[in-house]
Amino acid sequence: MAKQTKTMNLNFGPQHPAAHGVLRLILELDGEVVEKADPHIGLLHRGTEKLIEHKTYSQAVPYFDRLDYVAPMNQEHAFALAIEKLLNIDVPIRGQYIRVLFCEIGRILSHLLNITTQALDVGALTPSLWGFEERETLMTFYERVSGSRLHANYFRPGGVHQDLPRGLSEDIMQFCHTFPKVVDDLETLLTDNRIFKQRNVDIGVVTKEEALEHSFSGVMLRGSGVAWDLRKSQPYECYQDFNFNIPIGKNGDCYDRYLCRIEEMRQSVEIIKNCIDKMPSGPVKNIDGKITPPAKKDLKKSMEAVIHHFKLFSEGFRVPEGEIYAAVEAPKGEFGVYLISDGSHKPYKCKIRAPGFSHLQAMDYLIKGHMLADVPAVLGSLDLVFGEIDR
Amino acid sequence: MSMTVYDLERTVNSSLTTTVKISKINFGQLFIEIDIEALYSTILYLKTNNKCRFKQLIDITAVDYPEKEKRFKLVYLLLSHENNLRILININIDEKTHVPSITKIFPSANWMEREVFDMYGISFKNHPDLRRILTDYGFKGYPLRKDFPLTGHTEVRYSEEHKKVVYEPVKLDQEYRNFDFESPWEGTKYIMEETKGNKDKDK
Repeated sequence: MAKQTKTMNLNFGPQHPAAHGVLRLILELDGEVVEKADPHIGLLHRGTEKLIEHKTYSQAVPYFDRLDYVAPMNQEHAFALAIEKLLNIDVPIRGQYIRVLFCEIGRILSHLLNITTQALDVGALTPSLWGFEERETLMTFYERVSGSRLHANYFRPGGVHQDLPRGLSEDIMQFCHTFPKVVDDLETLLTDNRIFKQRNVDIGVVTKEEALEHSFSGVMLRGSGVAWDLRKSQPYECYQDFNFNIPIGKNGDCYDRYLCRIEEMRQSVEIIKNCIDKMPSGPVKNIDGKITPPAKKDLKKSMEAVIHHFKLFSEGFRVPEGEIYAAVEAPKGEFGVYLISDGSHKPYKCKIRAPGFSHLQAMDYLIKGHMLADVPAVLGSLDLVFGEIDR
Repeated sequence: MSMTVYDLERTVNSSLTTTVKISKINFGQLFIEIDIEALYSTILYLKTNNKCRFKQLIDITAVDYPEKEKRFKLVYLLLSHENNLRILININIDEKTHVPSITKIFPSANWMEREVFDMYGISFKNHPDLRRILTDYGFKGYPLRKDFPLTGHTEVRYSEEHKKVVYEPVKLDQEYRNFDFESPWEGTKYIMEETKGNKDKDK
């Protein structure tokens, strides 16, 4: 007599600590083996793209903080780059260095969150406690420079909002000296940990070809051995001035991706150090009064500054007609903005290309044939944040 | 030796002479415009051709121009890692056109096409699973079309009476405000005409 088998449907989420946000994952299980995964997304959909079409360019910047909210400035960066290219303006060199500095801080913020929560998903509590302490320090840097821990609104078209406050570079430098020790400590907990390895090695393996087919980017691509990083291959801002290495994985499994992230954090620390050492002086934003607002002190004295200020914060600046795709290497992968301007003060169309969208899409392919217990491990290594996937 | 974007434009134009209608290079990226019939073959060519090697699909999106006869512009973004080049493919279509799905060429097109369907109501032929993706279960309308209001049509709240979430038409305490920022000194036509009219009167 043939054995009767029946698959079971399991609803994972929408509220589940290992879902990293609001993901509803419908799993089809044969015993404990996953046969099919159908992610339902959009539970955090806020219509960002529609809202941006109704706001001026500078009003649209804060929406980017709310996409990938663990590394907000990296998103603003892509939008600012797209606008700057359309406007054909330059960012002063000091502005570029500050941008790179905070992009790398964002990268550490994001990787710390990912590594520690991935460890949490497979049963290690301590890394998250240690990691979040460091995240808190980094977010105070965000706060000191922009006034806000998370939703910075700091990278503006034409540069950054304001110069670094006094003493900040020294404190960041201090952090760079103590932080590698924390990474070492994290590694002693995880890298050779038997349980962590059992849960991650050879889980969620992606080959080179499949990583390309599934539109993977960032660590998901590099973990599978594709040497591709936009900071190196299509350098934007002043990344060509820095020496850093891009870690590449061999096996394309969750463990390799973890190792890549650890190494990327160390490289980011090097970039930050380098950045502070070489920090040039000068203005931090483009001095064209038609695009960037005047300094506060000028407002008291100059009528022209008052007019500029008023026009910039009511109508906003106009961007010449055109279309552009600008991408940055965000911590999670290639974050792109496809922007169409019709010559007015509002974007006609702004499509946000979020790396996590493609990564989550491959969930079905990644998890097929794995055990139920591997679902959180694979989800963790995908590095998902639903702010950017759902937009 | 890797290709430059100009080499790419030449290659694409010479091998797809009949299909490429317009090609231009802006900001170091190649934009080509093709017809909907040539979509599948063009993308297949760009992916498999040894010179082009566009192995990765970055995104699919659409743009709505309600005043045009061919209302939507579909946009496909491809990336070639080997050549370090990007290409943007534009296709103009009207509301009723069924677009051939490219999920057979790029599996990652699946969700991207679902998103375009969800946001613009453009339907795809031979798509394995064309459901809405980002909007609510049972959502009506296509949010990113220009004629869809920013506030949407319905709002939800938890009803104590029914003990469930209920959908109601949107009620706004204040209408969405849209200001006219045109400078009276530089542009706004109606003011110019008014002042002109006044002058005529003065005469």
